[in-house]
Amino acid sequence: MRVSVYITPKAGVLDPQGQAVLGSLHSLGYTEVADVRIGKYIVLELEGADPAQVEARVQEMCSRLLANPIIEDFRFEAGS
Amino acid sequence: MRFGVVVFPGSNCDADCYYVIKEVLAQEVYYVWHQETDLSPYDCVVLPGGFSYGDYLRCGAIARFSPVMESVRGFAAAGGLVIGICNGFQILAEAGLLPGALLRNTTLRFICRYVDLRVENTGTPWTNSVDRKVLRIPIAHNEGNFVADEETLDRLNREGRVLLRYSDPEGNITAEANPNGAAQNIAGIASENFNVLGLMPHPERCSEDILGHTDGLTIWRSVVNHFERGN
Repeated sequence: MRVSVYITPKAGVLDPQGQAVLGSLHSLGYTEVADVRIGKYIVLELEGADPAQVEARVQEMCSRLLANPIIEDFRFEAGS
Repeated sequence: MRFGVVVFPGSNCDADCYYVIKEVLAQEVYYVWHQETDLSPYDCVVLPGGFSYGDYLRCGAIARFSPVMESVRGFAAAGGLVIGICNGFQILAEAGLLPGALLRNTTLRFICRYVDLRVENTGTPWTNSVDRKVLRIPIAHNEGNFVADEETLDRLNREGRVLLRYSDPEGNITAEANPNGAAQNIAGIASENFNVLGLMPHPERCSEDILGHTDGLTIWRSVVNHFERGN
């Protein structure tokens, strides 16, 4: 099963990378962009098909290693 | 006093720490490979700077699951002295042995230069021999922007656990003196019992006259002094 994990900086945590890209978009004339947050997109290929078990395991992977809960939020979904 | 300098794949300040401890401090020192788990021979464990595991995912995120880190956790819980410098600080934060996290510098640049640091608490194992208000020690990092929630910051301040803050040469804490955007100019913090220290500046890079500055030595001398007084 393929699981897509999205990791983003927590609300309130400064994202200097996002701020730099926001400035660049504005200088290109895309003034409608109000904010940019840059995170990570991780694709996991997992063995096993029980969705409940996969969800529990991926949840654990995210909170132990893939994301740092002090500075990042995560969400994930099955399928590509 | 016997030091263990942990070597992760990608550590690059391990030899500098080893050299200072052996040649300048004249103490016993050994390298500890990250796969080792016996820390019982050591009085102080050093997590050196570098780019452990290529800084993949997040700085320190993979190193914290190295076999040696489980032992570092036990060593620290038993009151053992642990110092994490730069990447070592990032590893300690990722491991939850120190609060907060280290984000990318607000400048989006790798910063490698001397900074001035106001010493906030001299009653600790790491600062007891510091004889001046401001230390001049180099930093070299891309992720030194310390963040923690308000409650954690309040607690660190209340308990005197902020040991070093980026300042101007006179010791004033200003926005201009903050190189990386760190909350409240924080450059180094200690654990609840003060036996664990994490700091972004590199004391091992300024501990000998030939290098131009010796302020880093005051930190190394403090820990030796702390150990000798206690034994």
